[in-house]
Amino acid sequence: MPTIVVDVMPKAELLDPAGKAVAGALHRLGDTAFSGVRIGKRFELTVDGEVTDAVLARARELASEMLSNSVIEDVIAVSVDE
Amino acid sequence: MRIGVVTFPGSLDDRDAQRAVRLAGGEPVPLWHGSHDLEGVDAIVLPGGFSYGDYLRCGAIAARSPIMSEVIDAANAGLPVLGICNGFQILVEAHLLPGGLIRNDHGSFVCRDQVLRVENASTAWTNGFAEGQEITIPLKNGEGGFIASAEDLKRLEGEGLVAFRYVGVNPNGSLDDIAGLTNPRGNVVGLMPHPEHASEPGFGPDTPAAMRSGVDGLTFFTSVLAHRMAAA
Repeated sequence: MPTIVVDVMPKAELLDPAGKAVAGALHRLGDTAFSGVRIGKRFELTVDGEVTDAVLARARELASEMLSNSVIEDVIAVSVDE
Repeated sequence: MRIGVVTFPGSLDDRDAQRAVRLAGGEPVPLWHGSHDLEGVDAIVLPGGFSYGDYLRCGAIAARSPIMSEVIDAANAGLPVLGICNGFQILVEAHLLPGGLIRNDHGSFVCRDQVLRVENASTAWTNGFAEGQEITIPLKNGEGGFIASAEDLKRLEGEGLVAFRYVGVNPNGSLDDIAGLTNPRGNVVGLMPHPEHASEPGFGPDTPAAMRSGVDGLTFFTSVLAHRMAAA
């Protein structure tokens, strides 16, 4: 079944405490190649049937209105995964 | 005066909020998230907890639950609505208050008796306080860091919409030490600390007078009762 993938990330200028905690753990483990970690979300919307323009448009709408909060997050991508 | 307290799946402090309403002299009315009926209440409390397990974002799913369409309409029509902790997050997700709440900057859950300064004592929920009064209210959250765009922040400060500010310690990295907000009309108020946990002697924060004697939170509930009485 086709899937619409929505990627959401915390805004770049915001502190991402979860990412910061993982970055701290990496440094403690001796990984020095990575200077930072940011953690976002991936939503997979399973489509019952064909991904029409209307379905994709609705997914984009949901991505910005519900799946993300524009005060704290950005929608990075809405893509179709056949 | 009948004050509704909405229970969402994962609400924790709904019963405590009902108790605080009773202690203030009001009649608590339990309301259910799945209903569309506000039962004619005179004011509404959205209580603390972890509605929907904080899935998606704190308060995001609860903000879209059936009863919230009525709560949003009522709030826009002037009915007093108080959001406590998760309830504050719900108000923000419902766009009744601006900004957002993110994980505490230090990454840990925090639970402490927190000193606040009342910055706006003319709202439906704060009229019993004096402007600038310092009060002590328990705070307990993991995602209480208040953020807003520079533009929103300027407007909040300029229009006196910051209702409460943290004093002494900023416990979660909130911008401008903001602990709570009001809408311009003063009927919708949201804050991270829990006034319902400081409403009965013996169960509140410590004060210089006696252990656990702090009841600063009760004033939120007596304020809204006085506000509604004056309107009636």
